[in-house]
Amino acid sequence: MKSQSRREFFKLLGLGGATLLASSVPAMGSEKGGVNNEALGMLYDATMCVGCKACMASCKRVNGDYGSLSYERAPFDPDGLWDAPQDLSGSTRTLIKLHKETDSRWSYVKYSCMHCQKPSCVSVCPVSAMTKDKVTGVVDYNKDTCIGCRYCQVGCSFNIPKFQWEKTLPQIVKCDLCRNTNLREKGITACAEVCPVGAISFGKRKELLAIAHARLQDNPGRYIHHVYGEHELGGTNHLYLSALSFEKLGLPNLPDNAPAEFSEKIQHTIYKGFVAPVALYSTLCFIALKNQKGQEKNGHKEEGE
Amino acid sequence: MAGHHDEFIRLEGKIFTKSFFVLLTLVIVGFYYIGVRYVKGIGAVSNMSDGYPWGIWIAYDVATGTAIACGGYAMAILIYIRNHWKFHPLIRSALLTSLFGYCLAGFSVMVDLGRYWNSYGFFMPARWQINSAMFEVALCVMAYSTVLVIEFLPAVLWSLENSRGETLRKVSAWLHPRLVPDEAKLASGLEWVRESAAWLRPRLDKVLVFFIVLGITLPTMHQSSLGSLLLIAATKLNPLWHTGFLPLLFLINCIYIGYAIVIMESIISSTAFKREIEFQELAGLSRIIPWLTVIWLSVRVGDLVYRGQVANALRFDFYSCFFLLEFCLVAGGSMILFSRRMRRSPRWLFITATMIILGGGLYRFNVYLIGFNPGQGWHYFPSFAELMITAGVIALEILGYQVLVKVFPVLPNPHKHAANGHAQDEPVGLPPVAVPQGK
Repeated sequence: MKSQSRREFFKLLGLGGATLLASSVPAMGSEKGGVNNEALGMLYDATMCVGCKACMASCKRVNGDYGSLSYERAPFDPDGLWDAPQDLSGSTRTLIKLHKETDSRWSYVKYSCMHCQKPSCVSVCPVSAMTKDKVTGVVDYNKDTCIGCRYCQVGCSFNIPKFQWEKTLPQIVKCDLCRNTNLREKGITACAEVCPVGAISFGKRKELLAIAHARLQDNPGRYIHHVYGEHELGGTNHLYLSALSFEKLGLPNLPDNAPAEFSEKIQHTIYKGFVAPVALYSTLCFIALKNQKGQEKNGHKEEGE
Repeated sequence: MAGHHDEFIRLEGKIFTKSFFVLLTLVIVGFYYIGVRYVKGIGAVSNMSDGYPWGIWIAYDVATGTAIACGGYAMAILIYIRNHWKFHPLIRSALLTSLFGYCLAGFSVMVDLGRYWNSYGFFMPARWQINSAMFEVALCVMAYSTVLVIEFLPAVLWSLENSRGETLRKVSAWLHPRLVPDEAKLASGLEWVRESAAWLRPRLDKVLVFFIVLGITLPTMHQSSLGSLLLIAATKLNPLWHTGFLPLLFLINCIYIGYAIVIMESIISSTAFKREIEFQELAGLSRIIPWLTVIWLSVRVGDLVYRGQVANALRFDFYSCFFLLEFCLVAGGSMILFSRRMRRSPRWLFITATMIILGGGLYRFNVYLIGFNPGQGWHYFPSFAELMITAGVIALEILGYQVLVKVFPVLPNPHKHAANGHAQDEPVGLPPVAVPQGK
């Protein structure tokens, strides 16, 4: 009888252990190998780009109405013949810039949302206006819930989300991989669709990584031997190849771990299951009530004396 | 606050003083620019940019302002948790400043929010995003402001109970007779208000302690979360300030600022309203501060040593200078307060309290603005309009305090207080540390 109950106990223990393992394995999996290589992304090859800005024009044409984008005038152009944004802004989701190192050595660079694997903007948004699609990996913005606190801007290491400072009813502007426009209609982003030289590749992250590494292998002298975005901040779905240093192109030198992992770990440790605040409140209530009773007794005694 | 209403008195005096009108001017200018902001957008009044999306409205009005408004929180810990009831006379004025600080921080947030009309989303569980420190801060601050109103309610009820409705009568005499109900109706209405206030007050007194404890729990949560807000800026905030200890540092920081502000405010209001300084209480309070700052400075320095940032801290460049300034203000103020002789001089009490508030406040500014570097090419310095909005909010705070201490019994009753003072000649046998439990 006794041995049997002991056997029962071990069985239970084993069972419990197994469930624990089973439940923790996928959790670990999602944390460690958490990179979703099936997610959609883009690969921008700075050595192929000719700086025609067709991507910029196409982006604004396709997303203009949906994303509340407008044309930005240059000071010399009162008639508004050109769209002349200086930087990513509340009217511009993607931008081509030229970096000139010397007269013969230069490179174009394209800016837009990096669509991080673990995006800070999604982690910090208090009202779930920034979301990350589980399947496509697209980091999208919903202006109908956004309160305009601009915490996403504080959080983003790439300074991508832009705010419409000059508007009475402003919103955040950032690339959503044409999720609500071109991607839905044609299955490709507007910028990648129109690029005449194939500098922007669109596809799943694993395909893009394969292309990037193949190019690095085939042309060893042409590139800096690094795929920007493969590991930066835990990986991004927008990847870069370049001949000049990425930092000079305005792509900051970043660590491999995502800031959101760090901040969420601390926040979750403090607020796990809301146990700590409840425990704090009940402990303090107990102490305060006891103190108040003691005080009332003392007070009455004093009055009596 | 149960059954201690005789501890507080209403300040006699005119409401419309010279300073009232000076402050009112500032308030009006500030509100003019707030109007401009709502019509023309945030860019029209502020120098904030996509690199510096948070300016002084967040760094001062919210991050620093709520720390300065922590007097009520710090006093509640001291009185109700650490059981030092002789500080009780100071609590109402501390609560009133807290109330103003928090309500106006909330108001500043509504000026700062770009899409303020969507902020009802905080009450919709489907939109909650519990990973966000800001979500936690927002809910806690809203809850705490409500708690502060409830905590202050006894003073309001007392005034209603004891009012003779003279102002109301004057107003009704001034208005057109058609607009005013007849005398009997008015009297019976007043009587009803008085009776319900008298009915409510003892009942509120009984349950008030639960709200007071809530008023200790909530700031513990959101003051630490105000530090957590900047945890995400790992690549932007200078390593002198970016650390996993940000929540703890912000929490301790707000408590010592809280005590310092109670001291400063007492001295200022005693001088301004020509009242006796609550001397014994303040000397006792000032004894707690250096112990808190010692803990804070140890965590601060220990963390810098652990992360190998000491060399950066002593480099005397831009960031290092601001770090050293913050450090010297807090450390210097605390050193002085360790001396018993200094603690007994109102002048030195005032100077040290100011140093601690400036140092502690600068720490928050450093975290939110000065140590924040989004990358090359971004600069921020507040615009005139932006500064005037903040100045208007601060003016409104002081104005409100000035008026309300003349309307409600807020300030300590000097007679009652004097009796207390003689009963305990030696300032306070306080155990050194007053950190809240359960961090």
